[in-house]
Parts: sequence; structure tokens; C-alpha cells
Amino acid sequence: MDTDQLIRTLAADNAWPRRSVAVALMLGLLAAAPVSLLMFFTEFGIRPDVMTAMRNPFFSVKFAVTLALAISAIAASLHLSRPEASLKGVGWLLLIPAGILAAAIGGEMMIPQRLPMMTRLVGKNSWICMIAIPALSLPILAGALIGLRHGAPARPAVAGAVAGMLSAGLAATLYASHCTDDSPLFVATWYTLATALVAAVGALAGSKWLRY
Amino acid sequence: MRERDDEWTDLMRSAISGDRVAYHRLLKAVTPVLRAAARRGLARAGQPADQSEDIVQDILLAVHLKRHTWDVSAPFAPWLFAIARNKLIDALRRRGRRIFVDIDDFAETLAGETPAERASPGEVAARLQSLPARQRDVLRSIAIDGASIKDTAARFSMSEGAVRVALHRGLTSLTAKLQGQ
Repeated sequence: MDTDQLIRTLAADNAWPRRSVAVALMLGLLAAAPVSLLMFFTEFGIRPDVMTAMRNPFFSVKFAVTLALAISAIAASLHLSRPEASLKGVGWLLLIPAGILAAAIGGEMMIPQRLPMMTRLVGKNSWICMIAIPALSLPILAGALIGLRHGAPARPAVAGAVAGMLSAGLAATLYASHCTDDSPLFVATWYTLATALVAAVGALAGSKWLRY
Repeated sequence: MRERDDEWTDLMRSAISGDRVAYHRLLKAVTPVLRAAARRGLARAGQPADQSEDIVQDILLAVHLKRHTWDVSAPFAPWLFAIARNKLIDALRRRGRRIFVDIDDFAETLAGETPAERASPGEVAARLQSLPARQRDVLRSIAIDGASIKDTAARFSMSEGAVRVALHRGLTSLTAKLQGQ
């Protein structure tokens, strides 16, 4: 097939409907959500004292952090799915959840605490946290990558890592309702480690599957 | 250069809103620029220039299948050159060379520069053989025989919708096969 023939063929295919990357990503996430929800409710479940926990502002802060991570990583993923996208601005976006977390740590420092700092940081659930967040993330990461394959990222590994962060953000939102450790120090340590792990998996997967 | 870029952007806007003729004109217009840049990239990597047409076809397929990632409010040329650069690097890497490809390779190409096309059928044609029969028939009919979607539908007693589906799937799997080689 010579190039003129190929061009003619591509022009004939122009009527084919095109789906935006945003729609494809949403569909991927919607398809993955039931799997992670099922895993969450069969293996973990919402903590029994949730009604009391809601009176603790640091319980709510966990959701602010994880949702901020998920939303800013979704925005960053969509930006990075374009061939000519630059990394400029993406870093700032991902600093939003970090900023909320830093403010929360500062807030906790101002209030007298029953437990010493290291006890709050280590918590009771660090291992479960490190297993639950990556495990709940994996189906979401798969869905996100399937959706993002619709795009054409200039840097597939970076796009994959950000997809990992968005998956970890959503998974951590679920997990936060199970975990009884509410200290921002705990979140900053273990949630961050779990997110970094998922981001690394995402970077590897992205460098393989997000190339176009 | 600015005039050329504006013209491309206008054509792409029309193409995205469904204008097949504008799309055809656009692809025709960008091809010599892509070809010259591919040749330059190959030459710099010490590779024979006769592979440039494979790279051009690879770029055109990617442009086609990823055109929804172009932002209609942005200029077309930077988006096109980003894809072209990616595909050129990819092609050189597959041939065992790691090389830095300069974006200026594309931007600086003069419109008058139109090297001759290579005669041999190339990679796309070779991959065509491995497609499922129906996709191959439809692609051949439209690409090589120059038939319209309507004529192709009549020829294979398919609906026009089915021809469109086979055409699109054929182009998508061609691209996947080129990548997997």
C-alpha cells in the first residue's frame, strides 16, 4: 500500500466516532469500581464506630487528602494523555493533596494529644494499610490504564505513574473509612508509602501499555 | 511557516467536524514534511533513507487513530510534530539505534522539499496480509482499488455500517501489528 492509498483509506475512516480520553477513562474507572468495592466490603468494611469517628475532624481530613489526590491525579492523567503535553504544571497539581496533609499535620501539632507522636505515626494498622491500599488499587489501575490507552502520552511511564496515584487515591478513600488510625502523621507515612508503591507499578505498566 | 500552520489547523478543525475532503487535503499536505523529516532522522542515525516511507505511514496511522487527543483550540503543528517525533524515535529504536531527535527536524522543513516516494510496498502492506479476511478485503478495496464505502459494501454484500466497522478495526489492528513487530 503506498502512502497515497493509505491517506485515502484514512480519509474514508474519518466518519468513525471518536471518544475522548476523559470519557474512556471514566468508563474504565466505572468498570473497575465494582471490583474494588466488592473487595472492600468482603475483606475490610467500614469501621464499626464510624458515627463517633465522624465527630473527629482528622477522620474527615483523611478523605480530603485522598480525594484531592484522586481528583488532581485524574486531571494530571488527562493532561499527560496528549502527545505534546509538557510536565509543567502537573507537579503543582499533585502538590495539592500534599499541602492539605501538611496543613493537617500542623493542625494536629497545635492540639494536645493523648498519644505520643511516634505512637500516632506507627498506628495500629500500618501493615493492613500497606496491603489494603495497593490491593484495592489494582483493579482501579487496570481500568484507568485501559481508559488511558485511548490517549497518546508523550511519556508513558510518567502517565502510568500518575494513573497509579489516581488509583491509590481512590483506593485510599475506601480504605480510610475502614482504618481506625486518623492521625495525619499516620496518613503521611503509610498512605504515602502505599501510593508510591502503586505509582511504581503504574509506571512499569504504563511504559509497556501506554505507548502508542 | 505561520501561514502553513494556520492552514493545517483550519483543515484539521474542519476534518474533526466530519469534513472528509479537508481531512484528505490535510494528510496530503503534511506528508511531504513528515517524509523529509523522517529522511533526515534516518540519515542522522546512519540508516538508509529508503525506510522513510514506513515511518511516514506509521505516523499517519497514529495521527489518524489519536486525532481525538488534539485540542481543537490549539495549533495543529506542535501536536503533529510530537506524534511524528515519537514515531521516529520508536522506529529508530526498533532498528537498534538510540538517537536524539530534534523537534526542529520537523518545524524547519521547507514546504518545497518533496523527496520522491519509495516504490516498494513497505511494512503496512506486509502487515495487511496478516489481517482477518474481511478486514483485509475491505482495506484492499478502499485503499488499493480506490472504491468508496458504498461500492465496497455492494461488492461484498455488506451493510455500509459493517464496512465502516471492518475498515476501522483493520486500521487499528494494522497499527497494533506495526507496534508489536
